[in-house]
Amino acid sequence: MTVPEIFETMDYGPAPESAAEALAWLVDRGDRFGHFIDGAMTEPRSDFSSRNPATSEVLAHLSQATSDEVDTAVSAARAAQPKWARLSGHKRARYLYALARLVQKHCRLLSVLETLDNGKPIRESRDIDIPLVARHFYYHAGMAQLADTELADREALGVCGQIVPWNFPLLMLAWKVAPAIAMGNTVVLKPAEYTSLTALAFAYLCREAGLPKGVVNIVTGDGAVGEMIVSHSNIAKIAFTGSTEVGRIIRRATAGSGKALTLELGGKSPYIVFEDADIDSAVEGLVDAIWFNQGQVCCAGSRLLVQEGIAEPFHAKLRKRMENLRIGNPLDKCIDIGTVVDPVQWQQIADKVAGSGGEVFQPDIPLPETGCFFRPTLITGLEQSDPLMQEEIFGPVLVATTFRTPAEAVGLANNTRFGLAASIWSENINLALGIAPKLAAGVVWINATNLFDAAAGFGGVRESGFGREGGWEGMMAYSRRIRSTKPLKPLMPSGTAASSVADEIDRTPKMYVGGKQARPDSGYSRPVCSPRGKLLGHVGLGSRKDIRNAVEAAEKAVGWSGTTAHLRAQILYFIAENLSARGDEFAARIRHQTGTNTRTARAEVETAISRLFTYAAWADKLDGAAKPVPLRGIALAINEPVGIIGAFCPDEAPLLGLISTMAPAIAMGNRCVLVASEPYPLTATDFYQVLDTSDVPGGVVNILTGSHTELGPHLAGHLGVDAVWSFSSSDISGLVESEAAGNLKRTWVNNARSRDWSGSDGEGREFLAAATEVKTVWVPYGE
Amino acid sequence: MQQEDTRQTEKPAHDRPAQLPQVAEPRNPGMALDLDWVLGARANTSAIERRARTLPGRRSLKKDHQAAWLLKATTCIDLTTLAGDDTAGRVRRLCAKGMQPVRADILSALGMAPITVGAICVYHDMIAPAVDALQASGVPVAAVSTGFPAGLSPFDTRIAEIRASVAAGAQEIDIVISRRHALTGNWQALYDETRAMRQACGEAHMKTILATAELGSLRNVARASLVCMMGGADFIKTSTGKESVNATLPVSLVMIRALRDYHDRTGIHIGYKPAGGISKAKDALTYLALIKEELGTRWLSPDLFRFGASSLLGDIERQLEHQVTGRYSTGWRHPAA
Repeated sequence: MTVPEIFETMDYGPAPESAAEALAWLVDRGDRFGHFIDGAMTEPRSDFSSRNPATSEVLAHLSQATSDEVDTAVSAARAAQPKWARLSGHKRARYLYALARLVQKHCRLLSVLETLDNGKPIRESRDIDIPLVARHFYYHAGMAQLADTELADREALGVCGQIVPWNFPLLMLAWKVAPAIAMGNTVVLKPAEYTSLTALAFAYLCREAGLPKGVVNIVTGDGAVGEMIVSHSNIAKIAFTGSTEVGRIIRRATAGSGKALTLELGGKSPYIVFEDADIDSAVEGLVDAIWFNQGQVCCAGSRLLVQEGIAEPFHAKLRKRMENLRIGNPLDKCIDIGTVVDPVQWQQIADKVAGSGGEVFQPDIPLPETGCFFRPTLITGLEQSDPLMQEEIFGPVLVATTFRTPAEAVGLANNTRFGLAASIWSENINLALGIAPKLAAGVVWINATNLFDAAAGFGGVRESGFGREGGWEGMMAYSRRIRSTKPLKPLMPSGTAASSVADEIDRTPKMYVGGKQARPDSGYSRPVCSPRGKLLGHVGLGSRKDIRNAVEAAEKAVGWSGTTAHLRAQILYFIAENLSARGDEFAARIRHQTGTNTRTARAEVETAISRLFTYAAWADKLDGAAKPVPLRGIALAINEPVGIIGAFCPDEAPLLGLISTMAPAIAMGNRCVLVASEPYPLTATDFYQVLDTSDVPGGVVNILTGSHTELGPHLAGHLGVDAVWSFSSSDISGLVESEAAGNLKRTWVNNARSRDWSGSDGEGREFLAAATEVKTVWVPYGE
Repeated sequence: MQQEDTRQTEKPAHDRPAQLPQVAEPRNPGMALDLDWVLGARANTSAIERRARTLPGRRSLKKDHQAAWLLKATTCIDLTTLAGDDTAGRVRRLCAKGMQPVRADILSALGMAPITVGAICVYHDMIAPAVDALQASGVPVAAVSTGFPAGLSPFDTRIAEIRASVAAGAQEIDIVISRRHALTGNWQALYDETRAMRQACGEAHMKTILATAELGSLRNVARASLVCMMGGADFIKTSTGKESVNATLPVSLVMIRALRDYHDRTGIHIGYKPAGGISKAKDALTYLALIKEELGTRWLSPDLFRFGASSLLGDIERQLEHQVTGRYSTGWRHPAA
């Protein structure tokens, strides 16, 4: 076209970023890559290739890691870890700082490489991905610097196995590697097989930064390599970002291994537009929500919920906006939408759209003839029951429905198995800030979408996974509290009764469900005897039906999560008061069951009362945070209750164990289903009378008795339970973690290790962290 | 409500300067004040700023495309002098520049026919020398009016000023709104005032200057934009150039979205004029991209889009010479305005 012609048409024309330097970088390395192990690249092989999804051209040949290579990488990481962790925080900070600087120095190479390999628009890799990578290393250089003083009671976990997806290849690497090595862990990371190139480029940066050998190891390959990492016995922690399906497999595979686990999985995040929103801005926001990175974003605003009264004009504006999207060569600086990562993904998206029952709109915009380009798509007229409203599509496809009232918006938004992110659009501060806490999501953006920063935690609830990345909360996922433990000996109920209690009226301890005493559904009881065989009473044998009833009661008690912290503190104090009034009786009961002496039993009661005070104190003192994110506005980190917590109470301390489990849970606003100490259950059945007299609303605390092994699968597997803890002396950790995979509930298990319930290990922030989820609420402001 | 563009005045391209619109839209007749619409206008500042901030990274123009767009920008400039020391001589020089804004050798190298700027913008007393200097060029004279820049002279005086300027030969009148009406929410008063001024303009096109920096909020900018259009504005314009902050991308986004809504509801095309503070060729390209993205290519024409600028042209000329020679240029190689 000539200048006068362009003067008439006012077309944009091509504005390609050159791929020459990035391609030269690959050629200089022979277009073939090995793994990065122990500070060196291994001999390259051509096991599989990485392709440019825009052109199908092979970019490089890569090596599929063998079991031996993974072993070597883990050994290198393991060998390097103690020395790395012993370095001062400042020394580690210098390395992280160097990595941040190197990312900036090579930002254009990394951006172009990312776009070539992944197909995302160069604007996104250049303006979003790579700057956030640098930001993440800077931020965590600071974490390393402060770790010695601010995280002095915590230590590194060891070798972390990290598996990252193909949608933000280098950014997800940064999210994983930076906090891990800041804290003194070493890593074995596997990039996605579609997109390994920037991870390999990062390996060269590690060498340039002089990072000690073995601190970062990168192995390439497909899911089989991931499996090797997940099942490797010398790895202490697995961090995975990817699909919910694979996350669930990893949860099962690591169950009982003692490995720590964080999962950042799929989503179907709602994008809620109220009638008082700035409509044009909300329409524009959708471009960043669902057409960012071709919609291949776990937290993509993929479910549009618009208030009925404005739905038609909103959809009309949206369709018009879609006509202006430019799709094409990802290296073009004038492109909004690049290519989907692979033909396999393209086909999956196409199949899902083809099966839609809604009204499908795709703008008639020019599309390159080849390459994995998928038109931006809007599907309206869908009902909640449509599979497309429920399933993650992971492509540039927006599904839409309408709502009438704020309550209905919340209902629809939360009617999903996922819980990653949400956007709220309203000019009414009362409405927006009122909706945010009601959404089941780890991240909420008000009048915005897809904002990220290293200082703000990111992660999900429900089947979107668990653990946070970014912020202080992110450091929790790469460290543990320093404490000593011993193997925990199983404590089982003693044998049958030799004699009965003749001089008292027979008392029938029941279970406690929904604020009422409940007989076991099974109709079976078992005797509880003293160590000398004296019959102390009978307790019901709980079964799956009792679990069902207790969880139902807990679900109904949802109002507890909305009570004020002050009220919860009052009730915890009241429980302490009433327990104290019956202190002697509880001490005697402990003594009878365990055979301990009076002084020890008395001390357990006193500690239990103190513990109630501890959590009454914490109830209104576990402050959230206002994160200093680079934005005019605030990112609030709000500690929210997890929901319904199922817990197997410690066997060895019948009262203190019960209290230590229950009190942090209810102090933070959770409802709980507690399975009493298996050998000494009578303390728990006595205790519900204390609850009855302490104004604890029915259903907030439910107490069951029975076999931990038998109840384990039913409580851990219940899909309405949000978290399950096990302090049981029965070794049910593996079972609990495996069953928890069903709805990916959070787990906290003892792995058959002891805990000193009477000391500082028995209370405090570790418990509070397990009883809360951090929700990050982004509130940009300004008039 | 979509009105047919029945008054097309097609002419062979060689008969007229390249920049002049090939299609004339019907003028905005205005409409009754619709307060529900006005008060329902919303503008989320943070979201608007985000859109404005990321736009330059989303659209990029290279080589011939950049040159063509810069030439288009040139044709959309209201080349302006609004200084206390303006003289007839100064205005003649400005007009000469406006009639030949880009060196002939550069245009020729780019294969372009001669172009002119969109208009010459002056104070009332400078209309006569400007009209005289521009004569047969087809470049219109725009006059700032109505007690520019504060708009606080007596109402009758302001109306009379418009009439005098039209009588003196101004084809476009840039009026300033009474900011106090917007600030106090007296939309009826703003509407009535705009309506009266539009009437006084007669055949001359009316650009309403909102002085956006003095309206307090983007929401008020949106509301004032709507009221001015209801009152019959042909163009809405950001600033006088005399406020502390003049045209910005966020303000522009708000105004053109209001303008788009007006078009969606009435079918009427309103023009947009950012003024003040746009001095770089790159900024001009960003503005044009913003217009293209939000309003469509139709608006990239001097009948619907103008830059109010005095120093922008100089930078554009240097960029164009770079396009032709491959070497960066400097100011003294181009005739002064």
